[in-house]
Amino acid sequence: MTHRSEIRFLLNGRTVNLPTVPATQTLLDFLRLDRRLTGTKEGCAEGDCGACTVLVGRLHAGALRYEAVNACIRFVASLDGCHVVTVEHLSGPDGALHPVQRAMVEHHGAQCGFCTPGIVMSLYALWMQTPEPTETQVETALQGNLCRCTGYAPIIRAAVAVSQYGTPEADHLTLERGRITAELLALKDARRVETGPEDNRAILPADLDDFAAAYAEHPQATVIAGATDVGLWVTKFLRPISPAIFIAHLAELKAIEVSPGAITLGAGVSYSELKPLITQHLPHLAEYWDRIAGWQVRNMGTIGGNIANGSPIGDTPPVLIALGAEVTLRHGNSRRNLPLEKFFVDYGKQDRRPGEFVESIRIPLPSSATRCAAYKISKRRDEDISAVAAGISVTVEAGIIRSARIALGGMAATPKRAAAAEAALLGQPWNEASFAAAARAMSGDFAPLSDWRASAEYRMRVAQNLLRRFFLEQDGAPVRLSA
Amino acid sequence: MKHQSNIRGAVHQDRQHDSAIKHVRGLAEYTDDIAEPAGTLHAYLGVSSVAHATLKGIDLSAVRVAPGVIDVLTAADIPGHNDISPTGRGDEPVFPTEKIEFHGQPLFAVIAETRDAARRAAALAKVETDVLPHALDPIAAQAAGYPLVTDPLKLERGEVGTAMASAPHRLQGRLVVGGQDHMYLEGQIAFALPGEDEDVIVHCSTQHPSEAQHMVAHVLGLPSNAVVVNVRRMGGGFGGKESQMNLFAVVAAMAAKRLNRPVKIRPDRDQDMTATGKRHDFVIDYDVGFDGAGRIRAVDGSFAARCGWSSDLSGPVTDRALFHADNAYFYPHVRLQSRPLKTNTVSNTAFRGFGGPQGVVAAERMIEEIAYALGKDPLEVRKANFYGDAEDGRNLTPYHQEVTDNIIGRVVSELEESCGYQQRRRDILAFNAEGGVLRKGIALTPVKFGISFTATHYNQAGALIHVYSDGSVHLNHGGTEMGQGLNTKVAQVVADAFQIDFERIKITRTTTEKVPNTSATAASSGSDLNGMAALDAAEQIKTRLVAFAAGHWGVRPEEVRFVPGHVQVGAQLLSWEQVIKAAYMARVHLSAAGFYKTPDIHWDRAAGKGRPFYYYAYGASCSEVTIDTLTGEYRVERTDILHDVGRSLNPVLDRGQVEGAFVQGMGWLTTEELWWDQKGALRTHAPSTYKIPLASDRPRVFNVSLAEWSENRERTIKRSKAVGEPPFMLGISVFEALSMAVASVADYREFPRLDAPATPERVLLAVERLAGRAA
Repeated sequence: MTHRSEIRFLLNGRTVNLPTVPATQTLLDFLRLDRRLTGTKEGCAEGDCGACTVLVGRLHAGALRYEAVNACIRFVASLDGCHVVTVEHLSGPDGALHPVQRAMVEHHGAQCGFCTPGIVMSLYALWMQTPEPTETQVETALQGNLCRCTGYAPIIRAAVAVSQYGTPEADHLTLERGRITAELLALKDARRVETGPEDNRAILPADLDDFAAAYAEHPQATVIAGATDVGLWVTKFLRPISPAIFIAHLAELKAIEVSPGAITLGAGVSYSELKPLITQHLPHLAEYWDRIAGWQVRNMGTIGGNIANGSPIGDTPPVLIALGAEVTLRHGNSRRNLPLEKFFVDYGKQDRRPGEFVESIRIPLPSSATRCAAYKISKRRDEDISAVAAGISVTVEAGIIRSARIALGGMAATPKRAAAAEAALLGQPWNEASFAAAARAMSGDFAPLSDWRASAEYRMRVAQNLLRRFFLEQDGAPVRLSA
Repeated sequence: MKHQSNIRGAVHQDRQHDSAIKHVRGLAEYTDDIAEPAGTLHAYLGVSSVAHATLKGIDLSAVRVAPGVIDVLTAADIPGHNDISPTGRGDEPVFPTEKIEFHGQPLFAVIAETRDAARRAAALAKVETDVLPHALDPIAAQAAGYPLVTDPLKLERGEVGTAMASAPHRLQGRLVVGGQDHMYLEGQIAFALPGEDEDVIVHCSTQHPSEAQHMVAHVLGLPSNAVVVNVRRMGGGFGGKESQMNLFAVVAAMAAKRLNRPVKIRPDRDQDMTATGKRHDFVIDYDVGFDGAGRIRAVDGSFAARCGWSSDLSGPVTDRALFHADNAYFYPHVRLQSRPLKTNTVSNTAFRGFGGPQGVVAAERMIEEIAYALGKDPLEVRKANFYGDAEDGRNLTPYHQEVTDNIIGRVVSELEESCGYQQRRRDILAFNAEGGVLRKGIALTPVKFGISFTATHYNQAGALIHVYSDGSVHLNHGGTEMGQGLNTKVAQVVADAFQIDFERIKITRTTTEKVPNTSATAASSGSDLNGMAALDAAEQIKTRLVAFAAGHWGVRPEEVRFVPGHVQVGAQLLSWEQVIKAAYMARVHLSAAGFYKTPDIHWDRAAGKGRPFYYYAYGASCSEVTIDTLTGEYRVERTDILHDVGRSLNPVLDRGQVEGAFVQGMGWLTTEELWWDQKGALRTHAPSTYKIPLASDRPRVFNVSLAEWSENRERTIKRSKAVGEPPFMLGISVFEALSMAVASVADYREFPRLDAPATPERVLLAVERLAGRAA
């Protein structure tokens, strides 16, 4: 089948058909510069402030789902077959305010107004999913939106009041769901897309096998799933990424399989997509999960990307390593499995051949004898990169520690297990002294760095203290701050 | 005719921000949203990658031939003066010629067809330097013998030496307070359009259009009348656009005139944060003498500030730190000295509070130290030291101004009562006594903040009102809108004066064409100054209308009254529109320029004496926190605020200012950390690395009230008080509550001396330090 070069998507009420799209073109620049839809703002161009928040609707197993995303780090090429909704699309044709907008006006949720369109869009996405949110749910939805003027109180008041001004059932995106779904289906074909100029090329494989083939053919390519890191390579570091292979649309990589002993997920599953299963099967990760980045980034970013990226401060590797997760790597049509901790070799170096990619992740579910915890320590509670992240899984039988997996991020050049601390626990009784000994042993496991996130001294002290927290918490002591 | 009982949008009423609907619809226009004419070019700054060096040369050959590049501007291309120092000290070149003074210093500008092309090209310069040793902070600068960037200030009253020596107790300490980035959501931007002759129009996100205008004229070698600066609104300012936009305005204007094409410059967030100034970091050394009741006998304080490479506004900022080093407390004998130190960092600038918060936090630190030394509740020590009145003689500030409007006692006692301070403190002491991992702290801190620019000549403002023959009103004034609702408040004043509905008044962009020689919208002065100037303009028009109506309808002037939507002329009730139409037909001048200058203020800096402030604004906050002694993480569980805005012009907007300022002040003292590496590069330069508060950081319970009984004793606009800056310092209650929680691990025997910002790291290390000593 022949390739196509046009990128086709819906933008508010119109179909957009772009004959060619450079790989690095961002949605934000497209909206502001090409379409003069200036309601969407640039505040940081790194997916941290949320002033550029828009909704992207896409078909997922035939159902249309809208998510808040950062337009600043979202590439236009990745929007093929999607529906982009900007703040300009909220008010009625007569200028009548949308319920979210009315709530924001009547609760004085805007001062300077620059963050406001982004906040309106995040609250819109929240209201569609959760029409009557709690304050905590609002805070979670706004983790990716900064406001420097209001102190947030009036925004929260507005957010919990939106449903007084209207219901999602009467919203035009709900009413038009059938038509939009049909239009998006009409945009789909089973063809690979290759677009953009030779030095700034984007490839959208037709399916997973096509991806494997394309990557084997272009092993120097940049693979882009959620773009939550690669986006910054482009917007902040002006790095070339051509050819770029976009994979977020590949349904096979979105597959999730739950078996009695494990969850197996495709590498393209986003944090948000996995969240319901986390809550259900790995409840110790639920709070931690909501502290990974902000909502927009969790909607875009993928677990496979977080791993393949190889960062020493990715939030998922420590907690997945502690659970004994494995990755499946694929090159062309050959596959191999690897314990996740073996994937990380050194700073910037993973056990991954050119053209090989993370295809799926298998997360074993802990047995009832295993006590698990996940901790994230950062300067700011939400939407911050970890100073230290820890996953701990300890199996206790008859009061004796039979296995211990302790993995930390932010402590070394890679996410890494605390071998000495684990060894110190093995065979020891479940008590405070054992964990104190493990904490002492941990000082031999790591030689962390000092940087703007934390000093080496703090990282080590806090990592050791987390073992104590783990013991106390498992024992039922009040050791956690309120959410 | 139906008589309207009240106008919409009257003063002292809640009124939504005039742009609220545009904000939520994305229709409010910011500088980057203005449609670009064909041919618009884009500029970008090339910057240094060393902190301190002799500049030997810049090889721009690769820059000039990069794709899309049209031109490069260097110091040699500046037609007028290579200087944008806002105080006329001449120490701030647009681009340096001999020395690089900080990492990230702008060295040249590239002009290209697109912003992307300009950004890429800017990175291609080869800068030849001889690197010199650098000093980044006040301590290093003092050690290296760095100069002061501007004259220091000394405030002195009484006999400090004698009083200190005879005080029953005495202690010394040091407090290091970090700076703060403005992190306005809309970054710096300027967009210049060339005109005929020497003319140039600059759209710029600025709090100080007149200064941007004067700087463009100065750098381009033009008279000010050739330059127009416009700003409809900013996406936040907070002081960061009081002088820091000058660089961008002059680069855009210079390029636009040189190339005769529109030129826009908008740095990315990293460059915005590395190339523009921030709140000053301070190292404060204090020596305090006190009695057994905790009453202060004498204070001797030194305030060393990280000013950066040039003076910018560091003189008035460090002055204001001293003006507020008393906060709400009477110091019988006092000596306060500033040390505005040069450092090899970006030049620090105005930021909400303008040095005041650093002074206030030092005062609160001394109070806490005294309380811990004596084993007392800090609130008791605070009350013991509050300013008194003329009768008890405890009403003289270190700068010899009498405090004549003191209400701090009432504000604090009302808040203490309403938030249940005493019972909650007892509960917290009991909670902490259980010795758990989680510890709590509570603190109630006051604020007294002086209102007026300390540069007395800045306390003036102008406004321009046109009434069109259809009765619609066009309002313009010298203040700028950055979210605070200034335009809304000023329009309310005008609506009230004319007794017409708010919607009849068109709020227009701030422009140097309409009101000249304006002051920065800063020092919380926006409504005080511009509201009065607008009122003056409105009153002039009203006076003419009264004279006209009396003559035209044959009544006495006293019989002409402005009532809602109408003018009562003797027995006749005429609509506003009828009267305006008739006045126009009778050739009455329906336009007026208003003016205001704050009365009764004066300041002799050399003597350290005067009345720099027209009045004071007061407030208090009580915060309760929980800390995790294993990680240093914390939560603000509850904050209660009682704040004084006099008779509020618009309570809902004022409340918004109080809430927002508190959270911003809390951010300054908790998670907002500026971190430089050993090369002198700022590494926290975007929201990914610089952490301002999020929605989830706000207090779990947040009760904010305005002191409704308060009325400004001075004749300010409708007896209101300024609100922009004073509540920023309410955030200090969080800092002090954290201290208490930390102190609990050593049973409050030792004061933790937390430095700011109190990041989780600083909290944990303080806990471990105290626990180690306690063990």
